[in-house]
Amino acid sequence: MLYSEKVMDHFTHPRNVGKMDDADGVGEVGNAKCGDIMKIYIKVRDGIIVDVKFNTFGCGSAIATSSMATEMIMGKPIEEALQLSNKAVVEALDGLPAHKIHCSVLAEEAVRAAVKNYYDRNGISYDPELFKENGCAHCHEGGCSCD
Amino acid sequence: MIIPVKESGLPECPQKRISNKGMKHMRMIYADNAATTPVSATARRVFLETMDAAWGNPSSLHTVGQTAAEVLLKARQDIAKCIGAQREREIYFTSGGSEADNQALLTGAMMGKKKGKTHIISTKFEHHAVLHALKRLEKEGFQVTLLDVGRNGLVTAQQVEDAIREDTCMVSVMFANNEIGTIQPIAEIGEVCRKHKVIFHTDAVQAAGHLPIDVQAMNIDMLSLSGHKFGAPKGVGALYARTGVWLTNLIEGGAQERGRRAGTENVPGIAAMAAALVESCAHMEEVGAKLTAMRDNLLEGLSKIPLTIINGDTKSRLPGNVNICFQGIEGESLLLLLDAKGIQASSGSACTSGSLDPSHVLLSLGLPHEVAHGSLRLSLSNDNTAEDVEYMLREIPQVVAYLRSISPVWEAIEKGEIHYAV
Repeated sequence: MLYSEKVMDHFTHPRNVGKMDDADGVGEVGNAKCGDIMKIYIKVRDGIIVDVKFNTFGCGSAIATSSMATEMIMGKPIEEALQLSNKAVVEALDGLPAHKIHCSVLAEEAVRAAVKNYYDRNGISYDPELFKENGCAHCHEGGCSCD
Repeated sequence: MIIPVKESGLPECPQKRISNKGMKHMRMIYADNAATTPVSATARRVFLETMDAAWGNPSSLHTVGQTAAEVLLKARQDIAKCIGAQREREIYFTSGGSEADNQALLTGAMMGKKKGKTHIISTKFEHHAVLHALKRLEKEGFQVTLLDVGRNGLVTAQQVEDAIREDTCMVSVMFANNEIGTIQPIAEIGEVCRKHKVIFHTDAVQAAGHLPIDVQAMNIDMLSLSGHKFGAPKGVGALYARTGVWLTNLIEGGAQERGRRAGTENVPGIAAMAAALVESCAHMEEVGAKLTAMRDNLLEGLSKIPLTIINGDTKSRLPGNVNICFQGIEGESLLLLLDAKGIQASSGSACTSGSLDPSHVLLSLGLPHEVAHGSLRLSLSNDNTAEDVEYMLREIPQVVAYLRSISPVWEAIEKGEIHYAV
């Protein structure tokens, strides 16, 4: 089997899927040309992520990593959500095939993008170094790559 | 998702697995026959019988060996007859379609080189067995022209004729495309090639056993076919090379296949392939008519889903091939959800191709990446039924609608805010 049972579970029964019209922060990463886009919405109260939703266009692992990432940041302080690494998402899913690791990177970036959007909207200052793009999860000239 | 293992050490057949678990209500539809077909009852029987009765080495002079040699000869005669070859000695057995393609291209190139001709014509949507072999020839100094296939996935004999130069040594155009099923005007292209004295090869892996083939009438000099696309086991194929075409060896080491392909022959596999081809050709017309009707129902029903594109010409098309793009979703997730509903299909999305780009076939039609990612291929066989079609027409739209409902781009596509030129 290509995917672990956990990945299949999160893919076929994604948690927190849907749109959030009154989100406090929205992050969107990836692009349709590469074949995956993730959009994560967060609702924040007193520095805690009290609700989170996602929409994903992409393969099974893109949907599963989005689902897992939303579950991992739900109810967490926003600073903790920023610590979420793609590695932690992969481990929580009992692994991903090597060529699908970029999906977990997208999930990490979508969470960070949502937090950054929340900071920007609320005039909360932050160290720009925190949100430096790592160049991954974006299309490059002549195709998509993320190794 | 772990497949239970039987005492033999082999995983249980998925078909049985479903029914054993008392899930008889779940339909199991195999609609990926362009990838491979199940082994037919006839092929299985002949395979087993040959292993018992003709296990000898066909190169041996004794009785056991000669029994196997006779099986080989009969298989060669049967296959020659099925494709209209003049002599059985024009059939060379290979390990499959890819090997046959590689040997054919190398042969055409080497024959050309001897005459100082180093230009090869092919198309943009050939199988990688052809395209990658051409890439290698290019590195060795050959010039390759890849013809455009246009929105309907067809090349014309005129395009071929226009591309032929003084130094053109070979034309290679597939009989029918493996992803979108479009059937190329092979007889017309053959005529053009013969007129200009250019070697003509066709990759007929998707066509053999499914479409009428007459290598003499169609002026085909070399033709590749693969057993497992028409009910034979995997690992066996054939290359037809007209008398006068001097094959260049890929494998050296023996006098088998008239010295053109070394290695003790896969006698049971070859016998099974011949039996399967004879059987497919005998029922080609009736099966073709049945599949065409099912195909057209699927194409018509699925194209009712909004923002859906049928890929490839709908008339000049393999009887069992359906290929459609659904905007706003991605093919791999579509396949996995369909599999969970018992529908086993294929897609040309990047995630399923194992590369980062969607299928080169869909891109050659001029589809943007964004749309090509959302492709679905259903390839039917005689085992499929009208009920299967009904089930697919009920389930596929639901899965597409669900994936669109969780897609962040679908709303904008639906409203026309995002528009892909297709």
